[in-house]
This record gives sequence, C-alpha cells and structure tokens, in this order.
Amino acid sequence: MSAASIIFYIIAAFILGTGLLAVTTRKIFRASIWLLFSLIGIASLYFWMQLEFLAAVQIIVYVGGIVVLIIFSIFLTIKSGEEMPKPIFKRNIFAILAALSGLAYTARQISLYKFQAPENPAPFELKVSDIGRQMLSTTDHGYLLPFELISMLLLAAMIGCIVIALKQKEPVKTLQS
Amino acid sequence: MTGIPLTHILFLSTALFFIGAYGLFTRRNMITMLMSVELMLNSVNINFVAFNKYLYPDKLGGVFFSIFIITIAAAEAAVAIAIIINLYRSHHSIDVEDASEMKY
Repeated sequence: MSAASIIFYIIAAFILGTGLLAVTTRKIFRASIWLLFSLIGIASLYFWMQLEFLAAVQIIVYVGGIVVLIIFSIFLTIKSGEEMPKPIFKRNIFAILAALSGLAYTARQISLYKFQAPENPAPFELKVSDIGRQMLSTTDHGYLLPFELISMLLLAAMIGCIVIALKQKEPVKTLQS
Repeated sequence: MTGIPLTHILFLSTALFFIGAYGLFTRRNMITMLMSVELMLNSVNINFVAFNKYLYPDKLGGVFFSIFIITIAAAEAAVAIAIIINLYRSHHSIDVEDASEMKY
C-alpha cells in the first residue's frame, strides 16, 4: 500500500466522519462547523487528485462564501446555543433504512459495472490557461454559452436575494396627538 | 495515485450523498436542510471530477461541470438564505413544520 492510497483513505474517513457529524449533531452551530471541515476535506481530495484550481475554487466559494453565509443566517435567525429537538423515532428509523438501502443498491451497481479505462491514458493535467481558453471559446469544446448563462443566472439570483431580503416598509402611521 | 481504483472514489461519493440524504430526511430546520443539500451537491462534484480524471483524461468536461455546479450552488444557497430570513421575519421560526400555509 503506497503512501498516496493511505492518504486517500485518511481523507475519505475524514470527509465521511465530519459529514456524518454535520447531519447528526443537535447543536446547529456545531453542525455548520462540521460542514466546514467536511468541505475542507473535499478540497483536500481535489488536491490529492492534483486539481489545484478546483480545490482553490472549492475553498474560496464554499469555505469562504457559503459556510460564512450559513453562519450569519444562523446568528440572524435562531439561538445558536440551543439544542434542536431530537428527530422523531419513526422518521429516524425510516430515514436510516432509506439511506442504507440506497447506499447498498448504488454500491452494488458500482462494484458490478466494469469501467473501461482508456488503454494508455494520456497524463491528466489541468492547466488554468486551458480552462480559461475553453471557457471563452465558441468552437467544439468551448463553453461560452453556459458561461454567459451562468453569469446571467448569478446576477439574477443576487438581485433576487436583495429584493427578497429587503426590509418591508412599515405603513406610515400618522400621529394624531 | 494509481493504487486507488475509480470505484473507491465512487464509493466515497455515494456514501457522502446518502449521508446528505439522511440529513435531509431527518432534519426539520431549514438551515440544516440546506447544509445537507450542500453535502449532496459536493458528492456529485467528486463524481464528475473522478470520471474526468480516470476515464477521459484528454478532455476537461467533468471539471467544467464541477465549476458550473459550484456556481449554481452558490446562487442557490444565497437565494435560500434570503428566503429563510424573510420567513423568519414573518413566522418567527425556521422549522418547516411551521410554514404550512400552502400545504393543502
């Protein structure tokens, strides 16, 4: 067993353990911190696969953006120190059963399927210049249209967020002293 | 690097996906449900990248899909949190059981 595979199994155990804690712990603030660790583990998995650009994007967007947003909204909405109520026993049992059966089915399908790796694979390397060039090209493997669509979607989502979360104006009450 | 077969990475992402699904089934708090959805989206990203790296190393399709999924996930989380904060203002609770006006 080489060092690389040992590192992979350590990363996998870290991701799964922190992910499981993130969905089972009953204090919501701790759940968000466990989610943070799980996302960092996924970023390190990208580093392990030598996709440095994607790992950097993962850390910037998820760890720096979404988790901070979630923590802000926790502070704005509920008391973070309180414990959440336990899930109902029956619902918990059925959720565990559903997750385990889905996991068993999918794992069996994966282990039965024969993945055809290419015969003599070209070395996979991810250059940022290639990503940039393909992102803005209109030829065969170009992604200009989805790029523009995504940017429009992001703009619309941000404006929508601001409009939704705006404070509603109180109806002006006329003081009659 | 070559010691790990593709199936082990797929097992990891499957397990992560169903951990997220379990959280989505049991949690009744909207923010924690949103966290579970983020876990599921991340597991799908791992799948795309692993397929790209192991099966089609000469193309970059999986990486592009992952980048687009990350962008959409960011937009989705922002919109969801805006809705949650607005719901908290009107209902003083972010439990899904308490927001049942449009249920029937």
